Amino acid sequence: MEPFDPAELPELLKLYYRRLFPYAQYYRWLNYGGVVKNYFQHREFSFTLKDDIYIRYQSFNNQSDLEKEMQKMNPYKIDIGAVYSHRGNGSAVTWLCRPNQHNTVKLGAFQAQEKELVFDIDMTDYDDVRRCCSSADICSKCWTLMTMAIRIIDRALKEDFGFKHRLWVYSGRRGVHCWVCDESVRKLSSAVRSGIVEYLSLVKGGQDVKKKVHLSENVHPFVRKSISIIKKYFEGYALVGQDILENKESWDKILALVPETMHNDLQQNFQKHHSSLQRWEYLKKAASQCPSNIKNEKCGPWLEWEIMLQYCFPRLDINVSKGINHLLKSPFSVHPKTGRISVPIDLQKVDQFDPFAVPTISSICHELDAIFTSEAEKEENQAESDIKHRTRDYKKTSLAPYVKVFEQFLENLDKSRKGELLKKSDLQKDF
Amino acid sequence: MEFSGVKRRKPWLIGDQRKASYPHSLQFYLQPPSENISLIEFENLAIDRLKLLKSVENLGVSYVKGTELYQSKLEAEIRRLKFSYRESLEDEYEPRRKDHISHFILRLAYCQSEDLRRWFIQQEMDLLRFRFSILPKDKIQSFLQDSHLHFEAISEEEKNLREQEIIASSTSLGGPKLELEYVYKIPFADALDLFRGRKVYLENGFAYVPLKDIVAIILNEFRAKLSKALALSTKSFPPCMRQLHKALRENHHLRHGGRMQYGLFLKGIGLTLEQALQFWKQEFIKGKMDPDKFDKGYSYNIRHSFGKEGKRTDYTPFSCLKIILTNPPSQGDYHGCPFRHSDPELLKQKLQSYKITPGGISQILDLVKGTHYQVACQKYFEMTHNVDDCGFSLNHPNQFFVESQRVLNGGKDIKKESIPPETPQPKQSAQKTKNASSALASLNSSLEMDMEGLEDYFSE
Repeated sequence: MEPFDPAELPELLKLYYRRLFPYAQYYRWLNYGGVVKNYFQHREFSFTLKDDIYIRYQSFNNQSDLEKEMQKMNPYKIDIGAVYSHRGNGSAVTWLCRPNQHNTVKLGAFQAQEKELVFDIDMTDYDDVRRCCSSADICSKCWTLMTMAIRIIDRALKEDFGFKHRLWVYSGRRGVHCWVCDESVRKLSSAVRSGIVEYLSLVKGGQDVKKKVHLSENVHPFVRKSISIIKKYFEGYALVGQDILENKESWDKILALVPETMHNDLQQNFQKHHSSLQRWEYLKKAASQCPSNIKNEKCGPWLEWEIMLQYCFPRLDINVSKGINHLLKSPFSVHPKTGRISVPIDLQKVDQFDPFAVPTISSICHELDAIFTSEAEKEENQAESDIKHRTRDYKKTSLAPYVKVFEQFLENLDKSRKGELLKKSDLQKDF
Repeated sequence: MEFSGVKRRKPWLIGDQRKASYPHSLQFYLQPPSENISLIEFENLAIDRLKLLKSVENLGVSYVKGTELYQSKLEAEIRRLKFSYRESLEDEYEPRRKDHISHFILRLAYCQSEDLRRWFIQQEMDLLRFRFSILPKDKIQSFLQDSHLHFEAISEEEKNLREQEIIASSTSLGGPKLELEYVYKIPFADALDLFRGRKVYLENGFAYVPLKDIVAIILNEFRAKLSKALALSTKSFPPCMRQLHKALRENHHLRHGGRMQYGLFLKGIGLTLEQALQFWKQEFIKGKMDPDKFDKGYSYNIRHSFGKEGKRTDYTPFSCLKIILTNPPSQGDYHGCPFRHSDPELLKQKLQSYKITPGGISQILDLVKGTHYQVACQKYFEMTHNVDDCGFSLNHPNQFFVESQRVLNGGKDIKKESIPPETPQPKQSAQKTKNASSALASLNSSLEMDMEGLEDYFSE
């Protein structure tokens, strides 16, 4: 893959926005079939331009308007906000100042009305339980955390909450986002969104808290099903990859999560074993045998589950999800530091997803150049070939399969909408 | 718009109709009553309900709620005051009707201050909780249906399929006793307090809620609706009536001019004529006035203004012009039009206390300076109801009230379904106020915004 140099961004973005960004599909998504008047026109976009100039409350009339503006402004970052009661009129500010108020509309009347339910899962939130990397770094070993997170959260959104249209997107550096786009979901209140995040949360406490997961005797089906998912990955990820019981330093962290009465026994026996796998087996046995002689100390499978959950269960940022007006990085946006495109993730192939194989803006521009020069040599009319190829350019690059995933998502949205309209017209026919 | 008083209507219903209008011993009071009854009866109704709510309060303090002793004492009290309580009794029409009407009378009396609202809601909730607890299990479903709540009891097979999950999720169930419990299926968003703490089983967007937990949800919903209705009542009072009400609250006494103006206004609101009398009586009792003296003195006066005594002239509630031009208030009076009769500085303070923006206040004061008092009031309407144009030309305080209720209950309400009325709708109705109606539905963001705006009124 072509190495990415942030200094080249202005030029690369120019090409990306002119030839590669999938405007048609993007508009198809956010327009939601044009069923609600002005839904697209009242949507807030925010652009971060060169030199950290940040503009909020952008709104666009239609796909062509969006295209022109993006090509004109060449944003480094694009965020999507809520659908408001009115159009935004933009506010150009430097990132240090607060955005302007809106003078055209009485302030109270300009309200965020609808937005997709979004989730942001960030690898830095797992720094206390991953040994391979920290902070903004990721590697193939710890990426499994994201795989498990996607599986656990997606199952719950689909099976427990009945949400049908869920788009998972790679953030471009160290995490994933989820956009839940069902019509009813876009209308959910902030209180219900918070409730959903609470339902999905198990790991509680900051740096000062050692034991972050406490299960009650009654294990809720959501927890039980999440544990089943983690069990599939635990050996490979935690015992082999992360090697969480490798040595005294690492297994002391686990001991901090079990009752003190078990410590001596475990320490002694861990010395005797030779791998994390063996030590974990021993721990499980010890936990199931330990009598609960101390009030509220847990034994049996709960202990084992609590450890697994602390090391593997998804950690969500409630602030991202609860606010209807919260801005989130747009799919197909470029990450300014890594150059990676925020691409949709194919849920059917989530185990195979490799963040390091995600195309960067330099790589796809490079691919495009190579194809273009070789094809242009064959074409006679330069201008003609330019237009002819414009709409299909991304298809010739590594971006294509990701756009396909996006299109499948859009197909499902369309199908649902048609189904709803049929239902409504059927009801009307009865009268 | 004509405000010439309420037309009399025969309130008597025949047999089946009576049963249909109050099918259950308890209700959520979704629709205001629409009939007239005699003056004396209304006095008694409101006093009785007040006595009942006071008993509810006292019993709740003296005994642990839900215990046998508490239940039996409360039941005795309800029976004594002849309110409805038992589902299975025959010919419960009168007590249920009494329950319905007295609730709405007290709503108006209790809406205007945070303390009163809280007290009223608390006692009404305790009363509802008791009544629900003695409802036979097989009657619950039909009660929920009639109250337009989307609670569906699931079948035995459906329950069996999910037995393990439901037991594992619900902390209110003590062990595997699921066969004895009814389980209800409701949209997950309607069970927020349950699902957020993973205290209920979720499947495909629905929460499977055992009966015990349903009660909590229903009570919460009742509280939310009642809060909203009370706050809306306040918001719908024009400034001239709000200041009278405030004065009455604080001083428990209004002089003649104030009584006339306010009494007639309340009359014009149109729920019933005679609630005003009860309202006055309550207020005066608080001010330690002798009830006898009240009956002979003030109540005569009010009956007079309603046309029950003397010339039997049905006095019409005062129009804006009449309030502005006649009988200006003097020291110690609280009637009149605040825009006309208040000192501009005092008016400014008052508007600030009603949370009007500085921009709005200055616009209003400008209009007052130009003697456009009614337009100033329209501006006040626009600011408090968050509309650009009030859409009417104000000439009557009752018009303000009706327009306000229209705005507040019109476009921004929850699901607008066609709901069959609890009571049969009269052919010619008086200016009726429709409180927030409709079924339990997921909160949408506009409803949330409504509530946010209303919080200001709670802190008045």
